[in-house]
Amino acid sequence: MKSLDNLRESMRRDQVWDFMMPPVNLQLDVKHGNILYLEDVSVSFDGFKAINDLNLYIEAGELRCIIGPNGAGKTTMMDIITGKTRPDSGTAWFGQRIDLLRLSEPEIAQAGIGRKFQKPTVFEHHKVFENLELAMAGDKGVWASFTASLSGEQRDRIDEVLGITGLSEHVRDPAGKLSHGQKQWLEIGMLLMQQPHLLLVDEPVAGMTHQEMDRTAELLTSLAGKHSVVVVEHDMDFVRSIAKTVTVLHQGSVLAEGTMDEVQNDPKVIEVYLGE
Amino acid sequence: MNLTKLLTNDRGGQIFLAILALVAVLVPILNLVVPAGSALHMPTYTVTLLGKYLTYALLAVAVDLVWGYLGILSLGHGAFFALGGYAMGMYLMRQIGDRGVYGNPELPDFMVFLNWKELPWFWHGFDQFWFTALMILLVPGVLAFVFGWLAFRSRVTGVYLSIITQALTYALMLAFFRNEMGFGGNNGLTDFKDILGFDIQSDATRIGLFLASAIALALGYLVCRAIVTSRLGRVAVAVRDAEDRTRFIGYRVEHVKLAVFTVSAMLAGVAGALYVPQVGIINPGEFNPLNSIEIVIWVAIGGRNTLYGAVIGAILVNYGKTYFTGVFPEAWLFALGGLFVLVTLFLPQGIAGLLRKRRKATQTAPPAAAQEGAA
Repeated sequence: MKSLDNLRESMRRDQVWDFMMPPVNLQLDVKHGNILYLEDVSVSFDGFKAINDLNLYIEAGELRCIIGPNGAGKTTMMDIITGKTRPDSGTAWFGQRIDLLRLSEPEIAQAGIGRKFQKPTVFEHHKVFENLELAMAGDKGVWASFTASLSGEQRDRIDEVLGITGLSEHVRDPAGKLSHGQKQWLEIGMLLMQQPHLLLVDEPVAGMTHQEMDRTAELLTSLAGKHSVVVVEHDMDFVRSIAKTVTVLHQGSVLAEGTMDEVQNDPKVIEVYLGE
Repeated sequence: MNLTKLLTNDRGGQIFLAILALVAVLVPILNLVVPAGSALHMPTYTVTLLGKYLTYALLAVAVDLVWGYLGILSLGHGAFFALGGYAMGMYLMRQIGDRGVYGNPELPDFMVFLNWKELPWFWHGFDQFWFTALMILLVPGVLAFVFGWLAFRSRVTGVYLSIITQALTYALMLAFFRNEMGFGGNNGLTDFKDILGFDIQSDATRIGLFLASAIALALGYLVCRAIVTSRLGRVAVAVRDAEDRTRFIGYRVEHVKLAVFTVSAMLAGVAGALYVPQVGIINPGEFNPLNSIEIVIWVAIGGRNTLYGAVIGAILVNYGKTYFTGVFPEAWLFALGGLFVLVTLFLPQGIAGLLRKRRKATQTAPPAAAQEGAA
């Protein structure tokens, strides 16, 4: 049945076939000030509305924190932005020109959106250096990878990121041997190697000590400006320490948006967090 | 890309290639130069047996490339091996000419027997060796490409992928059993007379085939090393360990899988093509899913993710098989099963892992360092 539907879909007269469409322009255009536009996005899984008419705009160079109770749709939202989940309705644009809903995950990554997973995910059998090398921006095709060799400039770039993330001592260690916090940093380092315009960071301080948290806060704030950063986090102290603007998600849509103080005094937010 | 670069940090590979070169020099001498009466003389039967092991070793290396480095447990690599074998078999059949039982210069015996009047279209060209050589690479390669394109694009992974590779080889076995397919049905292709003009039974040809197998194994090994030491190889391991992560840093995982899988299938095809003239027959039994599972066991026993481990496993297990099926035919499957269980339980890294551990232990003599390594 599904193939029949596919066939019908491909025979529709009102649209051309995929391979005849002009290639998507991956040049980011932020001249209206916003880097990300999510409009009227909805997605449901087996009838459960994970995202419900979500509207969210991220300014270029902004550091935005997104909070919300469990099941508010934070991770699903990231899945939609990075192409892992397709919404049932709505639009998602990266800058003025790039329609995220038309791109696959690797294309979105190449266009300049980097993502850190909730559970730190690094290549455990590869050395720290190799992890960063693989993440490095550049041609990631099969043949290009087969013939790739590192230039001095690229080595410098890796060294620089090693310095930023404080992993210089561990360059030659397999990533699997790092502590939990170090893996989190390595993953952030891998994002930096991609030189993304927009970083989506899911729970960066889970499992970190207070000192590590402070360093992470410093790192993320230093990234804002040059990059746009969206942080999803549960730890309120951490959010307060870095956030200028906070968005509260609840049941798949935006409940409140503003500074940390405004949000915390919003009666709707208090109700959601503390119960009726 | 030079040789030394491929083999740095590959102690096992260096030793393996050295041994292979030594064997490739010694075997022809022992067989052709040493007189037949001498205790050192190697009978041609043994040469052919060794040649067969080498083709199995190449097949195992191909499986290790996709299983050990890319994380695809293929239970259907026997299909690519058999297809390469059939391509070679077709060439050898066409070389028989009018020396067959029915004396038909154009048609192989089984076609005359089936009352066919002319050569099916897909048998054309196989009288030329260059065409055959091309097909040995192309047929398994194209099948792997199409199969992989469909499977990887739909993101079929893990056991499900293993099951459909198994189904692939099973379906091919059933198809090749049919006489109407035009590949000799369940009898397959046999009664070969000569290859490239040389008598296939003669000692010199046997030595030639043995050497060709040794060279193919060495080249195949180096091709795999070239892949796994490149950044592409590191991407493959990344796909194996964290597929989503690899996708989100911008690699097209499907393309990486497809490229490596296709190269592996082509290597398996070459192995099959060298296997057939040495054993003298190819029949649909080669597509049997059990064969493909056995290859995986060779690799597991030898130690995956090392390439040379696959060679050790293939040769050791097949030597054991030759020995056991001669002495205790009934016990062989139990021995193989038992070996597999033991290796999985006690040597998860296989024999190669054991060798590596040994070397590490002898290198780091001070007890403190050894303890650190163990922890």
